[in-house]
Amino acid sequence: MAAVVSEDVWSEENTNPDAIEAALRELLRERHAANQALAPARVLNMVVVVDREWKGEIANRLERVGRYHASRTILCAVEEGRDTLDAVAVVSYDEPSGGGIGVMSEQVEIDMGPQHLKGLESIVDPVVMSDLPTVLWSPHGHEEAVEALRDLLDVMLLDSDDLPDAGEGLARAEDELRCLYVVDLAWLRTTPWRERLAASFDPPARRVALASLDGLTIRHQASSTASALLLAGWIASRLGWQIRPLESAGGDGLRGRAYTGGPRYVQIVLEPFEQDVPGLAGVTVAWGEENKLSLDRAQGGLRARECSREQGEKSWLVLGASRGEGGILGEGVRQSHLRDPTYGPALRAAREFCPDAG
Amino acid sequence: MQSAAVATDLEQKNPLVAGLERLPVRPTALVIFGATGDLAHRKLLPALYNLAHEGALPERFELVGIARRDQEHDDFREMAQQSIERFSRRRPDPKVLEGLLEDMRYVPGAFDDDEVYNELSHCLQQFDERAGQPLNRVFYLSTAPQFFSVIAGKLGAAGLARSENADTRIVIEKPFGYDLASARQLNAQVLEVFDESQVFRIDHYLGKETVQNLMALRFANALFEPVWNRNFIDHVEITAAEDVGIEGRAGYYEGAGALRDLVQNHMMQLLALLTMEPPTSFDADRVRDEKLKVLEAIVPPAVEDVPNMAVRAQYGPGTVGGKRVPSYLEEEGVDPHSRTETYAALRLHVSNWRWADVPFYLRTGKRLARKLTEIAVTLKPVPHLAFQSIGSVGVQPNQIILTVQPDEGVSVTLGAKIPGPTMRIRPVNMEFRYGTSFMSESPEAYERLILDAMRGDATLFTRGDEIEALWGIIDPILTGWHQDTESPIPQYPAGSAGPPEADALLEGDRKWRRL
Repeated sequence: MAAVVSEDVWSEENTNPDAIEAALRELLRERHAANQALAPARVLNMVVVVDREWKGEIANRLERVGRYHASRTILCAVEEGRDTLDAVAVVSYDEPSGGGIGVMSEQVEIDMGPQHLKGLESIVDPVVMSDLPTVLWSPHGHEEAVEALRDLLDVMLLDSDDLPDAGEGLARAEDELRCLYVVDLAWLRTTPWRERLAASFDPPARRVALASLDGLTIRHQASSTASALLLAGWIASRLGWQIRPLESAGGDGLRGRAYTGGPRYVQIVLEPFEQDVPGLAGVTVAWGEENKLSLDRAQGGLRARECSREQGEKSWLVLGASRGEGGILGEGVRQSHLRDPTYGPALRAAREFCPDAG
Repeated sequence: MQSAAVATDLEQKNPLVAGLERLPVRPTALVIFGATGDLAHRKLLPALYNLAHEGALPERFELVGIARRDQEHDDFREMAQQSIERFSRRRPDPKVLEGLLEDMRYVPGAFDDDEVYNELSHCLQQFDERAGQPLNRVFYLSTAPQFFSVIAGKLGAAGLARSENADTRIVIEKPFGYDLASARQLNAQVLEVFDESQVFRIDHYLGKETVQNLMALRFANALFEPVWNRNFIDHVEITAAEDVGIEGRAGYYEGAGALRDLVQNHMMQLLALLTMEPPTSFDADRVRDEKLKVLEAIVPPAVEDVPNMAVRAQYGPGTVGGKRVPSYLEEEGVDPHSRTETYAALRLHVSNWRWADVPFYLRTGKRLARKLTEIAVTLKPVPHLAFQSIGSVGVQPNQIILTVQPDEGVSVTLGAKIPGPTMRIRPVNMEFRYGTSFMSESPEAYERLILDAMRGDATLFTRGDEIEALWGIIDPILTGWHQDTESPIPQYPAGSAGPPEADALLEGDRKWRRL
């Protein structure tokens, strides 16, 4: 039987953090007293700082994250001209069925003015659950808020594809990575591609071809250059390539070389591709004489095409459902509990590929 | 030209897999024997869909169903689609489902019919040719147990037990054997055709997150291991209670009974994981070596001692969930004079340095008061109490409860002071629940196990010597019960906590935990 989602709501204008925290505590206490089969989730605090006018859109994205979400979400909506704090606290829960337990999660929305950002830690700190990891996502910038919260944070969730200049997006991620663990949505968009490339070259007979790669083409939505650079950076860092900055191909992407030992090099092409969704559209790797493997986004998975002199051309579908942007964000929340040792090297390599890196 | 050293490094290790959560699975053809059966319908096909949805299947994946039903490929695809739509834990994506179903093949025929294996061989060759490479092969035996050895033998005779430049594996569902002799015989028959490293004996309990968490709890926390021994632990109870009856499966259950159905496999696996020594690594054989060692430390009872350490019973009529339900003997298909047990309780001892004299009580039954699978580890009482506990239930021994289902989690009972002017103590619970700490849906056990079998990771599968050790413990009890054709089988009312006779297994003041 499907669980029924219910909500208890508290709100107050011109409020303060202690009142918000007390309200959450009371909502949880009351609900637990009414139904002892309900227990509060204790997974992760997620602090989200957004422009007030985009609050609805961000809230919708957070609602679409699917299975993985924070147990306490604190959405700070920044509005020009506001000098008070207004807050809404919601405890939502699945009515337990069949003798099981139900889980309660908490969402807080705090409307605030820009002047609150400098001391944002004093607003957020009393409201987060201590002892749980705290993640910050600040999709609209708000550097002041990021600085104010830094000591509270365990993880920074960001999207290197967010900034118009991919190099700047990657530089920001690298800066953050010096102090915090970074979960980069642009990196998570490359996950299925990384998994499939790793699988394609996993059989030992095929694996040796990694040493003779001579071509790498990555097709990406125009706004997802950072994802493409991260994928290129990942391969380069895993295979120990000597990186040179790519050059702009006059509005048609980036081109360049990475050296794999001596004079041997891989020709690298990052080309924009028209598609509705952010992220990558396809990748082609080439090696030896006339050997080529392409993976392209298709309905129901990735369309694989392989060409070789011996076997001619083959094509098949690698099954997998698109996670969508909601799923990527959900994955970002889940990744906040994990540590990916390959992101840092891939990010540094991606930065070296940036045209301005020289 | 690439250097020879680089090529050798790459042959040994794939540098692209570092950091990936989902490790590559080599291109595979999966063949399900018994593809129209209940397990395939409810579990295997939905699990395969979910793996496809998550992009976890190998990049080249082919599926063949084999069963006696005479039908076409399309009929099988339609059946598979219905199974997936009904039993998948997520709503299927039409395009992924279409992709999965598109190339599914079906081979009709009896499992002892050579023609089935000729057709299968032809089908597998076609897959290899189409892929331009030999695919790994996994034969999944989801049939009645009498066909396990037949199928293994026929696969060997058809030259399908090994293939050049690819791995071949056989997954065998439970029950693996009916008793020690039959398990040994089946092992011998299977191992005549396949190497042990190719054989994956499945116990889906091992694929459950909570069961795997037993190892994490023990070996990733400094808190528990120091007290995990005879010096601190008084006794352990393992309970696998079901509130349902035999659900129309009299044909199977009459021949099995509670001891074979749950104790010999699931519950003994829990016992092994709970009591084994820390493995040096989580390599399949290191874990299974440790499990085997501890199973071999459980001294099987002498047949004449069985009445002192084991209790069997059948459910009588009773009330479950407010409804009157019939007794076991009144169930359709059950022999009215049946002596098959629907309840079994045992007392076992692990005779080694760590566990000497600690009793392990196991109980399982159908039509009990509620559905519950848990391990309850009861610690010894504190040696001296510095304060009175008059006016309260007093200080109770600490218990560590690992709940496998429902509400998977771990709780620890502690003595705490009741607020007030006097020092009164009562037990309180400190709880960890999967639902509240992860807020995510666990994958089905079969998803994990199918993937592991395709990958060749046998950690969560039962090795041949392990299965014989498991039967070695249970066999004398089966023999004792089989030989006793006279004593009345104790009855317990359906919906109750089981027969009072089981209380006698617990020495001293110990009591079964309330269900």
